[in-house]
Amino acid sequence: MAGPEIKAPALREFPTVPALQPDATADVKCWVASEKIQEPLGFPGKLADDWQETHDRAIGRMGELLDKYRSLKVFMDACVHCGACTDKCHYFIGTGDPKNMPVARQDLMRSVYRRYFTPAGKMFPQLVGARDLTREVLDEWYSYYWQCSECRRCSVFCPYGIDTAEITMAGREILDAVGYGQKYSNEIIGKVHRVGNNLGLPGPALIDTLSGLEEDVKDDTGCDVRYPVDEKGAEVLLVTPSADFFAEPHIESTIGYGKVFHAAGISWTFSSMASEAGNFGMFIGNYDQLHKIAQRVRQAALELGVKRIVVGECGHAWRVAYAFWNTLTGIGAGANDPFAVELQKQLDPRYKQPAHICEVTWDLIQQGRLKFDKSANDHRIVTFHDSCNVARGSRMGDYAGGQFDIPRHIIKAVANKFHDMAPETIGERTFCCGGGGGVLTDELMDIRVKGALPRMEALQRVVDDNGVNFMATICAICKAQFSKVLPYYGFKSGMVGGVHQLVSTAIQLGNEQ
Amino acid sequence: MGTIDINGKSVETDEEGYLVNLNDWDEAIGGELAKSENVNMTEQHWEVVNFLREYYNEFQIAPAVRVLTKAIGKKLGPEKGNSQYLYELFPYGPAKQACKIAGLPKPTGCI
Repeated sequence: MAGPEIKAPALREFPTVPALQPDATADVKCWVASEKIQEPLGFPGKLADDWQETHDRAIGRMGELLDKYRSLKVFMDACVHCGACTDKCHYFIGTGDPKNMPVARQDLMRSVYRRYFTPAGKMFPQLVGARDLTREVLDEWYSYYWQCSECRRCSVFCPYGIDTAEITMAGREILDAVGYGQKYSNEIIGKVHRVGNNLGLPGPALIDTLSGLEEDVKDDTGCDVRYPVDEKGAEVLLVTPSADFFAEPHIESTIGYGKVFHAAGISWTFSSMASEAGNFGMFIGNYDQLHKIAQRVRQAALELGVKRIVVGECGHAWRVAYAFWNTLTGIGAGANDPFAVELQKQLDPRYKQPAHICEVTWDLIQQGRLKFDKSANDHRIVTFHDSCNVARGSRMGDYAGGQFDIPRHIIKAVANKFHDMAPETIGERTFCCGGGGGVLTDELMDIRVKGALPRMEALQRVVDDNGVNFMATICAICKAQFSKVLPYYGFKSGMVGGVHQLVSTAIQLGNEQ
Repeated sequence: MGTIDINGKSVETDEEGYLVNLNDWDEAIGGELAKSENVNMTEQHWEVVNFLREYYNEFQIAPAVRVLTKAIGKKLGPEKGNSQYLYELFPYGPAKQACKIAGLPKPTGCI
C-alpha cells in the first residue's frame, strides 16, 4: 500500500507508562461513509451545511441516549479522575497520545455532557471542564472514538466500573445521527442487509466455496465430511463470521467445525440467510441495526427448523449472542412473550441456547465422543490469546471464567505443548489484538500496529522462553488483525490460527472411506 | 476520490483507489492500478487477475483465498497452489491487492 511507512514501536523490556506524546494521533481519521452508504441505514447522508443544525441534532441525540441508557448517564457522572485506567489501553500504550487514555476518551464526551446536561456546566462551564460542542470537538470525537476497539480492558480496572466502550458506542451513534459515519463499519452493515454477510458473499458463492472444502477434506482424510448450506431439518444451525468462509487462517477452523459435527454424528447446516455471526450494529452503538442484523438468525432458525443454534469463532458475535440475542431474537431461555415462545418451542431445551462452538466441542470431548491424535499437533507450541468480547463480554460453560478455561481445555485435549502468556495479559485482563470494534480497516493500519504492542510483548516472552510458534484465538478479527500486524514485529503471519484449526489437525474421523 | 487517466480514458476511483465502476476496467487501467500498488505485473500476475475477474463475473464476489490457491494450483501446477506464492505476487495480500488491480470492489469484513 502506498502512503507513509508504518513502523512497529520497539518492544519494551519493562512495560511502563509511555512518555506522553500529545496529539500524536490527532490526525488519524478513517474514511467517512458516503451518502450511498449512510442513507440505506436510515442515517443522514452527510453533515448538514448549517453547523447549528448538526449541533442541535447531536445534542438532541445525546439527550435521548442519556435517557435511554442509564449506564451512560452514570458513566458521565461517576468518574473521579483517579487515574486507574490511564495506562490500561493498548492504544495509549502504543501511541503515547494522552487522549487515548480511557479517562480522556470519556472526557471528550463528558465535557460536552456537562455543558448541556448539568446545572454547573450550564452556568460555569470553565469551572467544571465543560465545553461547547463545536465542529472541532466533533472531529476530535470522530478521530478518537475510532481509535477505541471497545475492548473494555480499562473497565476491569475502573473502581466505578465505567465502561469506556459504551461511551465510544454512544459517541459513534451520535456521529451517525448527524451524518458522520465510518465507511468501514457502515458499508459492511449495508452488505449484511443486502447480501447476508459482512463480506457480501452471495449464496451461490458460499455453496461453491463449501463444496470445494468438502473435496479438500475428502482428499486429506478420505472421509465424506459435509459442509451443508440451508439444509432443512438439520439439528444444528451454525452461525459463524463470513471471514470463516473466505480468509486464511479462518477457513481452517471452518474445516474443524465440520469435522467435529461429523465425528459426533450431529446433523448441522450453515444458512445463506444467516451467513454472518458478526454484528457491527454493536460496534456503532446502534440498537436498530443490532436488532435488524440479529433478526436474520431468528428467521433462518425458524425457516430451517433447527433444534440448536451454535456460534462459531467470533468474539463480538458471541457477546451479541450471549448477552443480547435473548431479547433481540428470542433465542435464549426465560422469556414468555409470544415472540420468544415461538422459537423456544422449536429449540431443544436440553441444550444451552445459543451455544459457543467451543462449548459444543468441549462437551463432546468430556463425553468421550471425539478422539484425537495429539501428536498431529506436535509441530506446534501453542499459546492462547483471549479475545476481548469473549473474555469481558460473555461467558462459556456454567461458571464465571468458563470462557477462559474451555478454549484452553480444548487446546490441551488436542495438542501436547501449551504455554500461557503472562497472567496480566490474558483472561479478563487480556489485551486487545489492536483491530477490534470496527478498527480493522487498512487506513488505520498505523494505530492497529501500535495498538498490538502489549500483546506482541507478551507473545515475544513466550516465544523466547517456551518456543511458542502458534497463537490460537477464537475471533475472526483477531485472526485477520494478527495476520497483518505480526510481520511488523518480526513474527510470521501464519503464526496465528483458530482453536478449531488445532482440533481439525488432531481429530480422528473413524474409518469411513 | 480520484481518477486514473490513460489512453484518453478517464475513470473514477474511490478514496482507497479501487475502481468505482467495475466495467471501466481494461488491461491498461489494471496496469495503472498495479503501479499505484508498486506491483510489477508479469504474466503470473495477470493469470491471477484474470481468474479473479472470471470468478467475479460468475459469483459477484472475489474467490475465497483457498478457492483461488486451488484454481491457480490446477492451472499452474501444485507448487504454485499455495498462499505463499500469491503473497509473493501480491505482498499486501491476494484478496485486497489483487482485487484492486483486477478492478473489483474491496472485500470487506473481518479479513
